[in-house]
Amino acid sequence: MSTTETTYVIPEKRVVTTKPRFSDKVFRGVVTGGGLTSLVVLGLIFGFLLYQGYDIFKSQGLGFITTSRWDVTFDDAGNIISSDFGLSAMLIGTIICSFIAVLIAVPISVATALYLSFYAPPAIKKFMVTVIDLMAAFPSILFGIWAYAILMPTGAYWAKLLNKYFGFIPVFSNEQQVFDSSPFIASLILVIMIIPIVTSISREIFSQAPLDRIQAAYALGATRWAMIRAVVIPHGRSGVIGGAMLGLGRAMGETVAVYTVLNLVFAINWKILFGVGGNVASLILLKFGEATPYEIKALMAAGLVLFILTLIVNFSADLLVRSFGGKGK
Amino acid sequence: MIPSSVPTDYSSVKPNKPWQASSKDRAITAGIFALSVLISSVSVKLTGFSGKLGFFASFVIIFIVITASREYLRFGNALAKDTFVNTLVAVGAFITVIPIVSIIYTVVSRGYKGLYPGLFYRDMSLNAPNDPLNVGGLGHAIIGTLLLVFVALIISVPIGILTALYLTEIKGKLSRPIRFLVQAMSGVPSIVAGLFIFSAILLPITKDNSSLLGSLALAILMVPTVARTAEEVLNLIPNDLREAGVALGGTQWRTVAMIVVPAAKSGLITAVILGVARIAGETAPVLLLAGGGDKFNYNPTSGPMGSLPYYIWRSFGAGSEEAIARAWTGLFVLLLIVFALFAAARFLGNRKVGK
Repeated sequence: MSTTETTYVIPEKRVVTTKPRFSDKVFRGVVTGGGLTSLVVLGLIFGFLLYQGYDIFKSQGLGFITTSRWDVTFDDAGNIISSDFGLSAMLIGTIICSFIAVLIAVPISVATALYLSFYAPPAIKKFMVTVIDLMAAFPSILFGIWAYAILMPTGAYWAKLLNKYFGFIPVFSNEQQVFDSSPFIASLILVIMIIPIVTSISREIFSQAPLDRIQAAYALGATRWAMIRAVVIPHGRSGVIGGAMLGLGRAMGETVAVYTVLNLVFAINWKILFGVGGNVASLILLKFGEATPYEIKALMAAGLVLFILTLIVNFSADLLVRSFGGKGK
Repeated sequence: MIPSSVPTDYSSVKPNKPWQASSKDRAITAGIFALSVLISSVSVKLTGFSGKLGFFASFVIIFIVITASREYLRFGNALAKDTFVNTLVAVGAFITVIPIVSIIYTVVSRGYKGLYPGLFYRDMSLNAPNDPLNVGGLGHAIIGTLLLVFVALIISVPIGILTALYLTEIKGKLSRPIRFLVQAMSGVPSIVAGLFIFSAILLPITKDNSSLLGSLALAILMVPTVARTAEEVLNLIPNDLREAGVALGGTQWRTVAMIVVPAAKSGLITAVILGVARIAGETAPVLLLAGGGDKFNYNPTSGPMGSLPYYIWRSFGAGSEEAIARAWTGLFVLLLIVFALFAAARFLGNRKVGK
């Protein structure tokens, strides 16, 4: 009988818990903090621009967005005697240019997206997707200077044609025959800049079209166009509208490219072919260099108006894309 | 008894592929194409419908009419409509490609004249933009852009990736609003970002230009791009990996840091590169905040800093023939940088996630 006594130590029962460890709490805190940065930044932008522009909103009231002027009068000592700021021509110019741009860009983008999704041979598709993505990464100064050198003469020629054949419509009339630097040309460069955005969003939405329905349509003997009309378009309509609104937001905030081709004048101009236009972002860039401190406040207020405008457009775009984009009907 | 018409040697028989265009179809399409070119060039010569635009329009109309009516005669209405739409969307795609080809062609053909070795290591401190093209350079502008982008990168990459991690790993109650806000932030116009930094930091605190302020504004523009691309990449990481990490007793922190992020590494680098491409040529905030330097400046915290967009902007504004040529050369260099970044992002993005 030589059994050695072994003592068994029974380990304590492990505590099983769903309570997160300390490291996890820190991790979650840091990540949540990082995630909230966008909220903080947007809030700060709003707050600081409002703080700096408050004097202007107070003195100009609603006139800041309903009138059209930019006058500062100084006395001999350089003090400001009177000042008047109003943005209506710039706001209307911004809205006209970006709406025309979206009107032209959306049909082209949707056609391109349809071609790439359903018609193009694989090699062409791969090449064009790369090219369009590359175009989305081009800096705006490149578009701006190209537009000034190449697009302006061509665009002015097209504008002359439009004026010649459709001049009886008030929007296309142009008594002064000045075609350079018109809102029409600014719209054309915006078209080129937003086509890649709208195309890639439309392509994404079309690619989510339910495959079983596509195949069912083909199996019933549908041609490609019949399939697109019956399946893809009902599925993608609201998503494409959302993508168009994203393009609209981008077009409204574009600065440098519009600045190089548009002749900024403080007068509301509905004749899109006439070389007089307005644009809030370009106005800020134009006035900023020689602005007095008081004018800078007015520019901050203008920036706030632009910020709110793009925010509204982007939010509604996001709502449209998210609430309808992924669902089939 | 095998009928003599059926071949016994099947190696010479090619399979039918009715869904592919046969060589006869291709020849007919090419013929119609040539015919349309011919008719439209004649019409451009003879009628008032002239110029490149007139040629393009009449060519498209004639081509559509011929192909659609041929299909109508052969197969009827449905096929004719299909052919019509096919041509129309192809024309749309063609219109999309024209400007980009024109842009690249213009930049290369006008920009290469100003290239010479000194361009890359000289600055403009002793030269005006109107000087001949063989003096001065944009070395300072390249350094400036690199510094601007690098500082913006340091600020925005952690924020962007943390935002993406919140959206994919924590998926808290705030996911939806944060996704909304990131979307809204990507729509902030660049000039507004510049004005914000100007009003929040430059006016009350520093009172002077520096490239650090420019980088802050660029960071605002870069965060949403990084966050959205990184979110897409992290969503591609299979959930099995996360479950495996937690099942082995890892905390969430260890799982994310040791498994999820390394697995998504190349995708995250792509996200960063796309963000850099977004801001490398950004002009408006740089003009407002970084000032414009014409000589080498290696200090981001003080003094005006040159940058490629500023160099292009200033040369373009100077107006003389040499200055415009300088601007095109600057654009050429900027385009090369964007190309390189884009190619790098493509290369990394095409590799399989998880390696």
